[in-house]
Amino acid sequence: MMDWSPIFISMKTASVSILITFFVGLIVAWGIVKMKNDTIKIVLDGIFTLPIVLPPTVVGFFLLYIFGVRGPIGSFFIDFFAFKIAFSWPATVIAAVVMSFPLMYRSSRGAFEQVDSNLLDAGRTLGMSEWKIFWKILFANALPGIISGGILAYARGLGEFGATAMLAGNIADQTRTLPMAVYSEVAAGNMGDAFNYVIFIVVIAFIAIFIMDFVSLRKEKQWK
Amino acid sequence: MDKSLKVNIQKKLNEFDLKVDFELKRGCLGILGPSGCGKSMTLKSVAGIVDPDKGIISLKTNEETTYFDSDNKINLKPQKRNVGYLFQNYALFPNMTVEENVACGLSKDSDEKRVSEMIRRFHLEGLEKRYPRQLSGGQQQRVALARILAYGPDVILLDEPFSAMDAFLKEQLRLELVNLLEDFDGFSILVTHDRDEVFQFCDDLIILDKGKVIAQGPTHEVFENPGKVQVARLTGCKNISRVEIIDDYHVKSLDWGVEFEASEKISPGITHIGIRAHDFSAAGKDEVNVFGTNDSSKLEKPFEWEITLANGLWWKVDKKIHEHDFVIPEYLKVDPENIILLEE
Repeated sequence: MMDWSPIFISMKTASVSILITFFVGLIVAWGIVKMKNDTIKIVLDGIFTLPIVLPPTVVGFFLLYIFGVRGPIGSFFIDFFAFKIAFSWPATVIAAVVMSFPLMYRSSRGAFEQVDSNLLDAGRTLGMSEWKIFWKILFANALPGIISGGILAYARGLGEFGATAMLAGNIADQTRTLPMAVYSEVAAGNMGDAFNYVIFIVVIAFIAIFIMDFVSLRKEKQWK
Repeated sequence: MDKSLKVNIQKKLNEFDLKVDFELKRGCLGILGPSGCGKSMTLKSVAGIVDPDKGIISLKTNEETTYFDSDNKINLKPQKRNVGYLFQNYALFPNMTVEENVACGLSKDSDEKRVSEMIRRFHLEGLEKRYPRQLSGGQQQRVALARILAYGPDVILLDEPFSAMDAFLKEQLRLELVNLLEDFDGFSILVTHDRDEVFQFCDDLIILDKGKVIAQGPTHEVFENPGKVQVARLTGCKNISRVEIIDDYHVKSLDWGVEFEASEKISPGITHIGIRAHDFSAAGKDEVNVFGTNDSSKLEKPFEWEITLANGLWWKVDKKIHEHDFVIPEYLKVDPENIILLEE
């Protein structure tokens, strides 16, 4: 009998993490685009991009350092909420958010920068509020890029392995996500079960890319 | 009730300091200058898109509104200035239809009537549901103008409105815009590097060069008496030469090697003279301001002959489309009245 729990855990982790990554990535990208000080901008950009450049285990190492039992945030949670973050389900979300964040951040930043700044100024001279300008002009015109960033980030979160292994471990029914399950089944010699998980991941990844292309193509066609 | 738009601002830019000071009391003001002279920056300061370092911008209609005042730390947001800005590329929102673009500056209540009124006024019927990219350049400009006028601005700012158009469309849209500005009872400022445009549209004119105002006044006066070399050049004077003053009424051109008589007394500050390319005419050998035309060359245009004399002077003569022959007279003259005296 195939164990379905990795599928549920992965779907849950990927869904919760994309919600966080999407909005935080969007806001951070907007903040960076608006920033006037170039030095700070470059430093922050480096920090936000680092997770895709570093080996996932290295990111996991840092996460463990921060969220581990003796880490600043980890010990805070133990002291005040009596909750151990490391090797719990939320740890899979933290790992997925950190690893997928750069994709969301960079795609939306690029998409924002592509929007003609005259459009924003036009909105201002026409009396539109900054809030309305952000959603109706900037966000709307950057949407294809933002959506593809979101879907890439979702797929990245779903496939996260290295940092998750370091911070959340590979506990069956708790932190064993799909990529983790593939690894475990292969290690145990159950190629058949591993194959089922692999098929599942490939199908989801393909659907994600299909949606991404479909949405951005449709939007562009409509405006052109 | 005196209406006016007062602008007196300074701003440090990379290449130079922008310093403009003018007061607009009627109709349309033109700001003419080469690219990068600070004219767009001036316009953006009035709109509130760019902040000047110092100065005052204020509008007086029925009441007085201060847009910007560095001494009193007033800097009204663009949203509060009630200024319409026509961008060079029109800045239509690509994700909105024509209708949505026109409506986007309006509050909900008055919406639909006003939008359909503007759609009709700018001949955009049938295009309401189209997106900007599906429109021609002329239609895009009309949508941009409809969007501005729907908003009901006190001031309209036009930033090089015709620079991205082919010649035919330009002629047509200029006419439309002239009519529009005549109906509009607020102020407008047109920024351009095209002297024909300011001549057609603007009652008053400012000429900007490297951030400084080098000429200012009613448009016709500035064109007729440019006074300065740079102004003469920007208002389209083709022939400009350094001169040596001989006496109160005579100068020697150092570039063309000819002596000229002027109709006005020449003040000691005069360093150059200008002659417009249309101001030459055929002459006899013994008249005033005459010179020979040996070794000149001619170029045929549809409605004009362009003659370049051996000493570098340009002469333009009108012609009909079916005339293809032109004999350059042996001698040419310039009426002393048409010698434009210029200072550096």
